[in-house]
Amino acid sequence: MTTIPVETFTDTPLSIGGRQFRSRLMVGTGKYRDNAVMARALEASGADIVTVAVRRVDLDRTREEGILYHLRPEDYFLLANTAGCYTAEEAIRYARLAREAGFNEFIKLEVIGDRDTLLPDTEGLLTAARQLTKEGFVVLAYTNDDLVTALRLEQAGCAAVMPLASPIGSGLGLLNPYSIRTIKSRLSVPVIVDAGVGTASDACLTMEQGVDGILMNTALAEASDPVAMATAMRLAVDAGRLAFLAGRMPRREIAVPSSPVRGMLG
Amino acid sequence: MTELAITVNGEPRRITGPATVADLLRKLQLDPRTVVVELNRQIIRRAVLGETKLGDGDAVELVHFVGGG
Repeated sequence: MTTIPVETFTDTPLSIGGRQFRSRLMVGTGKYRDNAVMARALEASGADIVTVAVRRVDLDRTREEGILYHLRPEDYFLLANTAGCYTAEEAIRYARLAREAGFNEFIKLEVIGDRDTLLPDTEGLLTAARQLTKEGFVVLAYTNDDLVTALRLEQAGCAAVMPLASPIGSGLGLLNPYSIRTIKSRLSVPVIVDAGVGTASDACLTMEQGVDGILMNTALAEASDPVAMATAMRLAVDAGRLAFLAGRMPRREIAVPSSPVRGMLG
Repeated sequence: MTELAITVNGEPRRITGPATVADLLRKLQLDPRTVVVELNRQIIRRAVLGETKLGDGDAVELVHFVGGG
């Protein structure tokens, strides 16, 4: 495979809550058909940050063991989420349990408001964000693509704001590039697009909006070949980031010739 | 020796008392380093699992990290 000389370009590392990360691609660990494929996909993605969920231990051992039996925690930065929580109180409880696992104080905060779309409950999200930042958590808040909510989350002390590209697990891609660009232009904290990216072109287009990174799960887990898709996503995130840094040409409603108009035969 | 009726992850269980949370984990063959324990909605830090006594009617939650997005 062609190697893209990304290292010839200078980019600042992604910094969240005082920690620096090499990769701008973060990946989830859910829904993989098997854990060996997941481990290879995570590696192929080049991600530093991987997300995990907090759930009851299966005391009958009828299902798979915990995720830490399948990935080496020293190889990744584990970002626990509060997925599945529908109230601020519930999300705060899950966040505290996650921190007690002893890896770090980061939490990907989700407070879901609707079962069909899994869109966030922004009121509950803000309540939980304010409480958790007060308790010393580094909060990365999963939110919709609404500027005002994003601004309030930043004001609440969130270390990163994570607007969606489209609903979780939908694979519909970046539905509103304008909103994402607006959020990025107005926030000082990193903006990580979370959810909705379906394939490499979605990832590239998302990074071209100037955001700081992308978090994805289903796009890899449900690809026919998760390892190949993880590689494609790694390249797409790099490509989109480079294109953003390179600065794209202006859009014009008219054609402009690329070859000289002078020197044509008489 | 008394028998304690407790709830573990939503399921009723019985354990011979007196027993600590660490005893319960041992009985369930769980490594305390891989789980986080909540007793009646209060997180029990790993360092004090061995000195935290279980009482009749206690609700215990044992959680860990699973795959998620």
